Amino acid sequence: MAVKGPNPPVLTPVWRNFKDLQEWEALHQKRPEGDKHSALFERVTEGIHSFPGGFLVTTVADNFFNWARKSSVWPVTFGLACCAIEMMATFASRFDVERLGMVPWASPRHSDLMIVSGTVTIKMAPMLTRIYDQMPDPKWAVSMGSCANSGGPFRHGYHVVKGVDRVIPVDVYVPGCPPPPESLLNGLLLLQDQIAHFRRTGERPAPNPKED
Amino acid sequence: MTADQARVLIAERFSGAQVDGAAPVVVSVARDAWLDLARFAKETLGCRFFSFLSAVDWKDEGLEVVCKVDNLDAGLSLLLKTRLGPGVSACPSLVPVYAGANWMERECYDMFGIAFEGHPDLRRILLGDDWVGHPLLKSYAVDTPYPPYR
Amino acid sequence: MTIAAPRHVELDYTGSERLTMNMGPQHPSAHGVFRAILQLEGETVVGVDAVIGYLHRCHEKLAETLTYAQYPSIASKTDYVAAMTSEFAYVRAAEMIGKIEVPKRAQYLRVIAAELQRVASHLLWLGTWCLDMGGALGGGATIFLYCIREREMILDLFESLVGARLLYGFYQVGGVRYDLPAGWVDTCRQTVDVIDTRIDEYQRMLEDNPFFQVRTQGVGVISRELAQEVGIAGPLLRGSGVAFDIRRGEPYSSYEDFEFRVPVETSGDCFGRYKVRMAEFRESLTIVRQALDRLPDGPISSRPGLKSVAQTRIPKGEAYARVEGARGEVGCYLIADGSAKPYRMKWRGASFSNLAILPHIIPGHKVADVVAIMGSVDPVFGEVDR
Repeated sequence: MAVKGPNPPVLTPVWRNFKDLQEWEALHQKRPEGDKHSALFERVTEGIHSFPGGFLVTTVADNFFNWARKSSVWPVTFGLACCAIEMMATFASRFDVERLGMVPWASPRHSDLMIVSGTVTIKMAPMLTRIYDQMPDPKWAVSMGSCANSGGPFRHGYHVVKGVDRVIPVDVYVPGCPPPPESLLNGLLLLQDQIAHFRRTGERPAPNPKED
Repeated sequence: MTADQARVLIAERFSGAQVDGAAPVVVSVARDAWLDLARFAKETLGCRFFSFLSAVDWKDEGLEVVCKVDNLDAGLSLLLKTRLGPGVSACPSLVPVYAGANWMERECYDMFGIAFEGHPDLRRILLGDDWVGHPLLKSYAVDTPYPPYR
Repeated sequence: MTIAAPRHVELDYTGSERLTMNMGPQHPSAHGVFRAILQLEGETVVGVDAVIGYLHRCHEKLAETLTYAQYPSIASKTDYVAAMTSEFAYVRAAEMIGKIEVPKRAQYLRVIAAELQRVASHLLWLGTWCLDMGGALGGGATIFLYCIREREMILDLFESLVGARLLYGFYQVGGVRYDLPAGWVDTCRQTVDVIDTRIDEYQRMLEDNPFFQVRTQGVGVISRELAQEVGIAGPLLRGSGVAFDIRRGEPYSSYEDFEFRVPVETSGDCFGRYKVRMAEFRESLTIVRQALDRLPDGPISSRPGLKSVAQTRIPKGEAYARVEGARGEVGCYLIADGSAKPYRMKWRGASFSNLAILPHIIPGHKVADVVAIMGSVDPVFGEVDR
């Protein structure tokens, strides 16, 4: 028996199908509902909270999770261009991001941070969104370097996406060409503050002002 | 094999060839002699090292294909050139002679739209398969938008 | 050897099942954005199609819109691991067309920068390659961390010289942009000595390791003929038995003043390429020492004090300049039309030609060897895709 497709047919989210950028952005830059944590987790927390004295548990647990999540951000090892070399230097001997609980992880499915390090080209952009989509929620993105922020020195090129924020939502912008590891570390500390804020309030703070 | 000997040999073999320069020796031939010249350079002059192949868009005068080969033992370098003529974008492929021409010609096709006759696998290499236009032509603006990314 | 393109793969059943495996474009051991479509029969690779272009940043088109003073700092973004040498190729091409003299001190400073950059680049290669081959080396991250430690020492030297860590803009048409700061020469000497001793340490650590030998010896053999025909250059070419080094073959920027050896290995496998690069470390350090000893006084640029970026004008003409980069022949074919910007520029990226060897050597190896071969080729994708 033939399997019936959905009616009306669902548009496959391939970027070529969209007429213009706005249409693409409307569909793809929206953060999913329930971004904060899973529904099951929510229900369990509410259950505990309704017990007498349960609010103490949930507050303490919340703080604990807050601390845990903020200090174990796992970035996916996603190197694009020149900035990837500086990102590697940040992960390695001298700067040692593991002090902050960050372990570069080679699988997007186990990571919650993507450091977009380098120029995003038109050929790479669909792959980048696919990797971003593979990451579990809640996820974060750091745009590292001028190229990822705005296209940088290659902004006028025909094959360059003028800023990764046209493709995925970005939380922290790190300026520089390339940003030195100190600069990236500063950006990652900013991100930790943002994660803590998000866990407290359930709202994502606005990204820091973008500088090229 | 010195540059002078090479110049003499090329002039003997290819009557229509324009030869000048010493390092590298610049040889310009007609499109028909292109493949023969490459074969001659490899087999007779010993230029087995394939450096690069590219093209230049001379606007109204058409495209010019440029290729550089070296004889590493003797220190001889040849810069081979051929004018395709206005409006022509087809050229014999060098892949039967030099294996390294494969990717270089694919890049050249990608950037200039030159169809290399006899290339085993001519398709775009750097840009996506659905790209429209050939960016290194002078008629292509550097900031040509590409929807949906602009 | 024929290469099965993914579009027209013949689907005849030859008894063993054929599997198509995608590797990349985001792969932790691909050294960048590279996609390989592998045809497998069991664990053996029978065909490979390399997809590149994920980092095509329009360098050649942008060069036509930037002046001779502006572009060198963008040129450093082609080969971003060895940024000094790609700047070098561009300014050298412009100087060849314009017949611009470079003062002796500037030539020596160029040599020092280029050789230190080669050491830094090879350190990064060694670290990432051993990281890729990972588990076989008993925790491959060890050597990666060691190599980055030494690389940081060289980057500190560059930072005090130029002000940038990775991409410099140190070269300019007619000379270099900055003179040595006070005390730099002594620091550089100390650094060079330290790195020299550390390289011995790595060699003992790696070459005595039987796992390392098994993973590299006899893997990815490139014959002498194939190497020349495809046009691979640098350590790969010398690892295949061709004794060619541009610094020796056509000396530029006073390389004829220095005494150094051109290391050659005849085996053509990953281990041979490793040996060549390890020898190059020492040769580069020797050249730096000699250059520091004989550093002449004088101006650092023949065209100092550029008031505007359009001031450097090059007469009509064309030239192909090549320098020996960390990965081989970095070439720049420049056509000038007399204005402040070039008419056409072609990058002959060393990695582009080196990577083109992959479809010829990978078939017949196991999947795990693909990573070792990729690492020994040492591609930088900024230079492959430009």
